[in-house]
Amino acid sequence: MKRSGTIRKILRYLGRDRFYLAATIVLALITVATTLAVPYFIGLGVDYIVGAGDVNFPRLFKLFAAIGVCVGCTAFSQWLMSLCNNKIAYRMLREMRTDAFRKIGVLPLSYLDARAYGETASVIITDAEQFSDGLLLGFTQLFTGIATILGVLVIMFVLRWQLALVVVFATPLSLFAARFIASHTYAMFRKQSETRAEQTGLIDEVIGNLKVVKAFSHERENEAVFDEINERLRACSLRAIFFSATPNPTTRFINSVIYAAVALVGAFTVIATAGTAAAFTVGNLSSMLSYSTQYTKPFNEISEVIAEFQNALACAARLFALIDEEEQPSDEGNAELGRAEGKIELCDVSFSYRPEQKLIEHLSFTATAGNRIAIVGPTGCGKTTLINLLMRFYDVDGGKISVDGQDIRDITRRSLRTNYGMVLQETWIKHATVRENLCMGKPDSTEEEMVAAAKASHAHSFIMRLPYGYNTVIGDEGVLSQGQKQLLCIARVMLCRPPMLILDEATSNIDTRTELKVQDAFRKLMEGRTCFIVAHRLSTIENADLILVMKDGKIVERGRHKELLEKSGFYAELYYAQFAP
Amino acid sequence: MKHLFSCMKPYRKEAVLAPLFKLFEAGMELIVPLIVADIVDVGIANRDKNYILTRCLLMVALGVAGLVFALTAQFFAAKAAVGTSAQLRSRLFRKLQSFSFTQIDSVGTSTMITRMTSDVNQVQTGVNMALRLFLRAPIIVFGAMIMAFFVNAQVALVFVVVIPLLAIAVFSVMGASLPLYQRVQGNLDNVYLSVRENLAGARVIRAFSLEEREREEFGRRNASLEKTQKKAGRISALNNPVTYVLINLAIIALLWIGGDRVDLGVLEQGDVIALYGYLSQILVELVKLANLVVTVTKAVSCEKRIEKVLDAEGERRVLTESRRELSGTEKGEVRFDNVSFAYAGGGANALTDISFSVRKGETVGILGGTGAGKSTLVNLIPRFYSATEGTVFVDGEDVGSVPVNSLRACVGVVPQKAVLFQGTIRSNLLWGNPDATDDDLHEALRLAQAADVAAAKGGLDGEVAQEGKNLSGGQRQRLTIARALVRKPEILILDDSASALDYATDARLRAALREIDATVFLVSQRAASVLHADKVIVLDDGKIAGIGRHEELLASCQVYREIYYSQYREDV
Repeated sequence: MKRSGTIRKILRYLGRDRFYLAATIVLALITVATTLAVPYFIGLGVDYIVGAGDVNFPRLFKLFAAIGVCVGCTAFSQWLMSLCNNKIAYRMLREMRTDAFRKIGVLPLSYLDARAYGETASVIITDAEQFSDGLLLGFTQLFTGIATILGVLVIMFVLRWQLALVVVFATPLSLFAARFIASHTYAMFRKQSETRAEQTGLIDEVIGNLKVVKAFSHERENEAVFDEINERLRACSLRAIFFSATPNPTTRFINSVIYAAVALVGAFTVIATAGTAAAFTVGNLSSMLSYSTQYTKPFNEISEVIAEFQNALACAARLFALIDEEEQPSDEGNAELGRAEGKIELCDVSFSYRPEQKLIEHLSFTATAGNRIAIVGPTGCGKTTLINLLMRFYDVDGGKISVDGQDIRDITRRSLRTNYGMVLQETWIKHATVRENLCMGKPDSTEEEMVAAAKASHAHSFIMRLPYGYNTVIGDEGVLSQGQKQLLCIARVMLCRPPMLILDEATSNIDTRTELKVQDAFRKLMEGRTCFIVAHRLSTIENADLILVMKDGKIVERGRHKELLEKSGFYAELYYAQFAP
Repeated sequence: MKHLFSCMKPYRKEAVLAPLFKLFEAGMELIVPLIVADIVDVGIANRDKNYILTRCLLMVALGVAGLVFALTAQFFAAKAAVGTSAQLRSRLFRKLQSFSFTQIDSVGTSTMITRMTSDVNQVQTGVNMALRLFLRAPIIVFGAMIMAFFVNAQVALVFVVVIPLLAIAVFSVMGASLPLYQRVQGNLDNVYLSVRENLAGARVIRAFSLEEREREEFGRRNASLEKTQKKAGRISALNNPVTYVLINLAIIALLWIGGDRVDLGVLEQGDVIALYGYLSQILVELVKLANLVVTVTKAVSCEKRIEKVLDAEGERRVLTESRRELSGTEKGEVRFDNVSFAYAGGGANALTDISFSVRKGETVGILGGTGAGKSTLVNLIPRFYSATEGTVFVDGEDVGSVPVNSLRACVGVVPQKAVLFQGTIRSNLLWGNPDATDDDLHEALRLAQAADVAAAKGGLDGEVAQEGKNLSGGQRQRLTIARALVRKPEILILDDSASALDYATDARLRAALREIDATVFLVSQRAASVLHADKVIVLDDGKIAGIGRHEELLASCQVYREIYYSQYREDV
């Protein structure tokens, strides 16, 4: 993405905080102006303290009042400015995260399927964080930094332009030094991050599979490999960290040279102009020295801020790429389906994930209400794809799918999907209580309904064995086995009782004995409902009204179990391969 | 901090030298105001240009010395920091590897990995910063005070008053914001959880049309994050204004008292400038320190989490008085005596009152449904978990009384999840027994029906990617079986390890296992896999539902019949 585009988008977000933005700029100016006045006043003060018996106390006290007022203003405006900056940065962070999160709900699934979750999550969490940190730093240091440099320049030129020139000509030195070092440390940092990645890989592997390591008492050998990488990492980190820390003392050194130069030229000027009308006093020199340090400091800060800001821009660009990603077509204004009867028609449907690789072509079939349709076939034949289309997770490329005679693209997704109950092979459990997980599709269900559903799916007994029963907090990575999670997903659907069911390998993780018991409940649930069943285990689909045998995205055979066996075709082949021990 | 300091021990020299050289550097900087005072009081007062020039050159010389000292300090700081973190990582790695299965379950893999990676990195940054910059601030602050005493003891009292005030201000702001930053971290974890969950559960969330509700929940979490961030920010924002006001009040006091002294003739104008210079230096340092606080705060909380891991006691080598080590020539008898087991924090018993005994060379099938306790039972044999009640005996010895490594050395385990490690097929097989010859390896591959897997990958030196990702599930499974066989174990445990194999391969594997001289435990959901076992233990809800041969169980055991007929229908 273009950089200017990113900046424009950042400004659009910032625009919502116009008031605070204006306030922070005004406050920065006030802070800088009052901060810079203080050394001048102190310089005057020094001039009122000349020597024994030559101290002008009345003017000194007046000066104290002035300094006091300035300091009070600085402190107050600095504090207000921090509050404004916090407000802007954190609000923007929240808004960007909200927008990005909303996006997760409306992006086409093709986008989510194509990326690792961690990648997208890290954009919303880490990139957003780094961006707001950069922004906050930018606001606090960039405005004040630039204002300080300009303000100091003006004052120095007014005080004594010759001295100001000394300072101005010397500053680029420190900037060059910093840039020179930065460009030479890059290679070391790359080496460090490569070695670190290597070590993380090993840690992932070993710690992720620690039980195997322990089973084979292989700890010692792992330690040797780990220590070798660890030592390499230590060596290259040392280099990277040391060299990356050198700009700071280097610029400090250059600043001290500038300081000495100002002292030299300043002192000579004091001597040369003593007693003249345009006298450069000792107090002026003191102010000048103070200003010269104040002038060089922001340069270091700004170069840091710019580096940080580069990174922040890169983060923002990734975040905006997500926020501006094209959404699934809106279904606003579409009709509501209501409670469907369950007649589903596929009419000449074509679909593929990638245009160059055709998957489903010219697929047609009809399921009348209450029909049980089984879809079988080898891995990758398009079974799960068909479900993606029925649920409208993906839209068809050609042809149409209709429910109760209505094209599913003409009704709202929400009303279509609430008519389906879906149990997938890959279970998903929310980090919440068992109760919340069960009542996900029907939040207003009663305790009795919920327990009945759990009992029907044979989940009740293990739920009761959890530490807090139905109120136990569970999660995707918790104590539950795959099979138990799948039972919960089944209970979830049993509670909703939608008119149409999709069971994609719904019992794949459950042992056969429990499966048989759950099947009973399924049978009752399926009564009068249109069902799509995908299964590897052919025994679960023998009673289907229609079996669609898929191969390479096409339906190669269709019919009932007995008919298909008699045909001795592909289905028969699959069936006997599984049941001949 | 106990472990951190002990990790730092080998770098004691560096950890002392770094601040020491910082001290020298600060010393160089602290001399500068004195020189300026001299320039004013001597050079300008006497109109001595030569004197001024030499003083300015002296300042440049001090700058050069300061640069050298600073670089030296930074080198030592970096060396101490990376050395300490390398030590810390190495110790963590060893500690985590020593964890028992119960600890692994309770800590969780992702937490362990975070501790070893990002937490240690934060600590490294913290140590580096602390040695370099955190100590610089007090050095400059107290150094400035000492120098002020050299200028004038009475005026220096201003420093004595203001420094404790500054300390109180900085520490109370730090103390108030620290817990808030920890709360920010907790809130951020919640936001992260929402994001991850919605990405992973996109299909289910859409299927139940929960987008709106999830958005509301995220909104709440996000808003409370913002609220805590702002609160923490509000308090940290006090730091700089408060120090600024205190320092400037000190400057006013300095001009006042200083002016008074000058008027009396006991102090010179240049001295006032010098004292003012010191106060300015203190201010600059404190501002830098304030910016560092967040970094160090984060490092400290990461360090605390690491300490917690390092403080945990790893697996114990023996539980009760050790009597002898098991050697490889034992018989392979296993006996369970009224054994019960519950997972830590898991509520009810996973196994209840299990008793059985197995003779040398027998093949034992363990059959049962999801969550019946099959894996739990076999995990007690190599003492991956310890029985809560009752005793497990191997070769007549209580497994708790035998050193774990000698116990595990005579058990070959093929875990449910077939994982291999980066390297070659050979390096993976050698996990079983580092001294095995190539002939041993080939023999193990043959028995495990994995000879063709190795051949397809180019023999024993065929490459294996991280976690064996370049192999199919079935290939991995056979290699993990070979890995266990390389050990020539007395007891071989196959924990549902043939699930990815087709029926024919599974049958060949079972036939091959008959050749070896070991007690075999075969955990399975398939009745076919245990059909020919010498003994089948049927588990139901953690209890033994029946023990016996296939025919006996078919006649007497209801649960066995149900399992069997769910797979072999009566008509087939």
